[in-house]
Amino acid sequence: MTPATLYGLCSAVLVGAGLYGALVNPQPLRKILALNLLGSGTFLLFGVIARRGAAAGLGGDPVPQAMVITGIVVAFSATALAVALLLRVYQETGRTTLEQPAPKDVV
Amino acid sequence: MIAPAALLVLAIILPAAGVVLALAAGGRGAERVAMAVIAGGAAIALAIAGTLWSTGAPLSYIIGGWAPPLGIALRADGLSAFMLLTSALVIGAIGLFARATYVQPAGTPERRAPLVFWIMLMGVWTGLNAVWLAGDLFSLYVALELLTFSAVPLVSLEGKPETLAAALRYMLFALIGSILYLLGCALLYGGYGTLDIVLLSRLARPEPVVFVALALMTAGLAAKTALFPLHLWLPPAHAGAPAAASALLSALVVKGSFILMVRLWFDSLPGIAGDGAAQFMAALGSAAIIVGSVLALRQERLKLMIAYSTVAQIGYLFFLFPLAGAAGDWERLAWTGGIMQLVAHAVAKAAMFMAAGLIGEALGHDRIAGFAGLGRALPVVMFAFGLAGMSLMGLPPSGGFVAKAMLLTASIGEGQWWWAVVIMIGGLLAAGYMFRVLTPALAGGAAPVILAARISRPRQAIVLGLAICALLLGLMPLRPSALLEVGRTTQAAEVR
Repeated sequence: MTPATLYGLCSAVLVGAGLYGALVNPQPLRKILALNLLGSGTFLLFGVIARRGAAAGLGGDPVPQAMVITGIVVAFSATALAVALLLRVYQETGRTTLEQPAPKDVV
Repeated sequence: MIAPAALLVLAIILPAAGVVLALAAGGRGAERVAMAVIAGGAAIALAIAGTLWSTGAPLSYIIGGWAPPLGIALRADGLSAFMLLTSALVIGAIGLFARATYVQPAGTPERRAPLVFWIMLMGVWTGLNAVWLAGDLFSLYVALELLTFSAVPLVSLEGKPETLAAALRYMLFALIGSILYLLGCALLYGGYGTLDIVLLSRLARPEPVVFVALALMTAGLAAKTALFPLHLWLPPAHAGAPAAASALLSALVVKGSFILMVRLWFDSLPGIAGDGAAQFMAALGSAAIIVGSVLALRQERLKLMIAYSTVAQIGYLFFLFPLAGAAGDWERLAWTGGIMQLVAHAVAKAAMFMAAGLIGEALGHDRIAGFAGLGRALPVVMFAFGLAGMSLMGLPPSGGFVAKAMLLTASIGEGQWWWAVVIMIGGLLAAGYMFRVLTPALAGGAAPVILAARISRPRQAIVLGLAICALLLGLMPLRPSALLEVGRTTQAAEVR
């Protein structure tokens, strides 16, 4: 087994675990954490692809690395925004769950 | 004189610069910055569409002179031009409409909501223009994230607990959608070493890695577009937002991820998915039309009804996949019909949400049961609401009629009559939920309606103007649009 295959399998496990967690957990905070796990698996996959040097047959490909850096920035901002929203929900209602299906009053 | 291709950069830079300037200018200056950006953005959209119309060729701009696959290209084809014009029109109307709500008069303490609204409005516009123009799948990912991060705060602008919960649910759906999309990008890059749309369309072959990537990306984008059965986040988010924000979210934001799906299926990976997958997408669209319309019929509140109607109207867009896939006369008609449905729904739904906002402001509530006699109290607003409703029902002459007639004709022409049946049932159900509102409002009640607040004439005029635009779209001839074909036929020819 080459290192690239090993890391590829690790990324598949992370993606699987993250997706399972995001779909099964009803708690928003756990969903956010699971989505981060899913994101990490995706970034690792980019790393594996960079190592394979898909673009020009070189030892490594810099383009996926650039994408991962952008992806990490985006994932970081997304997590910050989601956690901030969750904190506001907690401050306003004292709950950290989303059981209400629809708003009671929309005007 | 600016080179036409440089306009593509300007279309993205201008609203982005507006975001930064508005932040620097603070609450009182933000509105003026937004108005300047709206004027400039409309001029840029017209200039790009005008160039495409006169030359009949797509525009492209290579950023920094670095050609793909290493660099990034911006491209404008006929679809981009249509979407640029639609977003400029709808955002312009929303901006003018919102001035009354998000004003900061001198001498009053600054509120946070106006500053956030104007910044997020321009943020959404930056994201949308980037989605319309980006030439590679990774730039599209970044554009989509920009769109989401600007749209989510608009939902919870008023900071009420239920809107915060709606915003959080929207955010979670959007996050899972974008990560699945990014995972698909990784797989495609691993397979072909490029994410540039044109290069990818030449390299991609029907093989397992492409199928997995396409499935992951489509599922992720469907969650962001609120395609049935992933629509659960949409009604509370769109109905809970303030009127101007609801109009923006329902008219344009959900269309961003849909256009991305179109770029993926038709431009990046043409002919990969096969007919079964296309039929499956349209089947989900049909389910969205039926379920969304039936749920809209059952709502007691106007804004929730309009939000469920968005779920239904989005369903029509997915007929594009089985009907416009191949090259032929019927397919070209379906292509124009599908995109017209998108444009017509954007214009009509923005007008309708703004009309609902005015009704809510005037009455102090938006319960449909309390609308008897409203036509006499708010004649202009109800007229605009009815005109926008004509487009949703698909009555002639309206943009919705043109779109649905083209889709209907194409589906019969291609021998896929079952979609025609769904289109007709959808029209009847739409008439049902529209008349549920219009009939009591126009028939008049026993007692005169007491209005809680007066609505200024200019705001009524903006809503009416946009509703009339939705009607004027119906004057479009019932044949494939030449502008919409720009860049499409050449690309298809390159592939084959």
